[in-house]
Amino acid sequence: MSAIQQTAGGASADERIARESVFGRLLRRPELGAVGGAIVVWIFFALVAGGKGFLSLAGTASYLEVSAELGILATAVTLLMIGGEFDLSIGSVIGATGMLMTILVVQFGWPVWLAIIMTVLFALGTGYVNGLLVVRTQLPSFIITLATLFIYRGLTIAITRLLTGRTQLSGLSDAPGFSSAKAIFASSLNIGSATFKASVLWWLLIVALATWILLRTSFGNWIFAVGGGEQAAHNVGVPVRRVKIMLFMGTALAACLVAIIQAITFDGADVLRGTNQEFLAIIASVVGGSLLTGGYGSPIGTAFGALILGMVRQGIVFAGVDADWYQVVLGVILMAAVLINRSIRLQALRRR
Amino acid sequence: MSANQPPLLEVQSISKYFGSVIALKDISMQVHAGQVMCLLGDNGAGKSTLIKILSGVFPPDEGKYLVEGQEVHFGSPRDALNRGIATVYQDLAMIPLMSISRNFFLGSEPTIGRGPFRRFDVKKADQVTKEELSKMGIDLRDTTQAVGTLSGGERQSVAIARAVYFGAKVLILDEPTAALGVKEAAVVLRYIAQARARGLGVIFITHNVHHAYPIGDQFTLLNRGRSYGTFAKSNITREEVLAMMAGGEELEEMSHELAEFARTDTTAGATLAQASRAYESEAQDLGTESSPGSGAQ
Repeated sequence: MSAIQQTAGGASADERIARESVFGRLLRRPELGAVGGAIVVWIFFALVAGGKGFLSLAGTASYLEVSAELGILATAVTLLMIGGEFDLSIGSVIGATGMLMTILVVQFGWPVWLAIIMTVLFALGTGYVNGLLVVRTQLPSFIITLATLFIYRGLTIAITRLLTGRTQLSGLSDAPGFSSAKAIFASSLNIGSATFKASVLWWLLIVALATWILLRTSFGNWIFAVGGGEQAAHNVGVPVRRVKIMLFMGTALAACLVAIIQAITFDGADVLRGTNQEFLAIIASVVGGSLLTGGYGSPIGTAFGALILGMVRQGIVFAGVDADWYQVVLGVILMAAVLINRSIRLQALRRR
Repeated sequence: MSANQPPLLEVQSISKYFGSVIALKDISMQVHAGQVMCLLGDNGAGKSTLIKILSGVFPPDEGKYLVEGQEVHFGSPRDALNRGIATVYQDLAMIPLMSISRNFFLGSEPTIGRGPFRRFDVKKADQVTKEELSKMGIDLRDTTQAVGTLSGGERQSVAIARAVYFGAKVLILDEPTAALGVKEAAVVLRYIAQARARGLGVIFITHNVHHAYPIGDQFTLLNRGRSYGTFAKSNITREEVLAMMAGGEELEEMSHELAEFARTDTTAGATLAQASRAYESEAQDLGTESSPGSGAQ
């Protein structure tokens, strides 16, 4: 026994540890691809559109705003994807919650803050339903949330038209509590000619929170586990179902936050708001290094993924290219990211 | 291991039925501290059913299950775990993409801080993992590396060390050596010996008698849902174990068949030799008249 302990004690000076270089360690981080990609994209647009405003403070603020709203969604989606599931319904949840809040205020005369609380509870409910359906039926979440994507959107359009006769509604700004809500969700900071939005702060806050949860709490460990090996996680007593349901509630909550920010920014809601956002969030997450099969990913990588998408979106406009090309570039970036991430991951799992 | 101490784990004539299928019938077995009980049997012998009962996945339909002399009724694997009965499944023990220390503490993470600031104590997890693994004699490079980078034997060993650390009294190992090469299997067997030396009862499920015999103290042989009984190592030889395992009879039968093949082979060989001799002589006869080879000479 003592001999064994001695050899083990010497393990701290194990010569095999030194073999791994700092570079090798970096390569294994899920964020690396997205950070590198963000630098490349930034340099590209700095060269192509640098003189047309991309490099200016206002240009930076504009792509940060786009990145922020997408980033908030994508952060929650990343946690869910690490947990091994998808949520395609978040775009519809943005439409539903934004409209719910606006109807409560404009049509029913609720104060803004009460409407916000109600909207948050409603969003958590939609997430809970998604999660419960997935864990109960054991069907792929892709299918379940594809169904709820249409159900939530359809209900939003139908009920809104039934109640108001319209599909767009405005008039939040006259309600009590609007100014304090605006200060928190949609205030902006002017630096010179540039306007930085509060959504950027929300984004950073949520990325930090998600990273902390993932890497520094038991719950974070469980998220990795349910996505990386559900049965093994169950065997050691991880509450797999609860973790998954909470992750679905997380994505719905993120969608709700984006909806509130948008409703207050635009002083109202549109039933079609948030359309296709679920795909953009998944793209940002995958570009950020998340694995479609679960168990692997990083909120920080996703933040850089969202940054890339935001820069491309606004960069194309600054470069004077027709915005129609955005979708083409988006698809190409997704393809490239998947290929690069695959090779990085193979590197990570290669036996040392 | 004194006689008046109740066994760590005991089952008394338990049976399990799935519809009309008798999966297990009248199985009795005892596991004592510091002993390795090998559960042997071919595929379909009922090994999996028995470990699922022992690990709390489902209850037996008949018979008693006792832990340290007390009868127990487990509702879930968690209940069994709380009574110190830990099961290490062959391929479902670890999550490949997670680090060794995260795997080690999965489901029972050490925390520091209070309230909303309660957090996973990563440093402690790394440190304890390293210590516990070295206590088991497992020498790992780095506890933050992904489990997927470990070999199959190393993964099993980490899973065993984890069970030991979390207070397992009885360790149920489901085919831990099945998918492993010779060297790897030897590594796992050594950790089983380590666990035994630390006073655990070990139930080692396998169908490989060459892995079971060197490490086992007792052998329980299952065949088609029934037990041939439990034998101490001193009372049974490796060949007897092999012969008793399901497949033992078949093996014997097969060796008869092989002998038969060999016999017919010799007969066939003789016939062939005879035939070729006949052919040769015939050819010789013909050659004197019309064989082109001999005609050229």
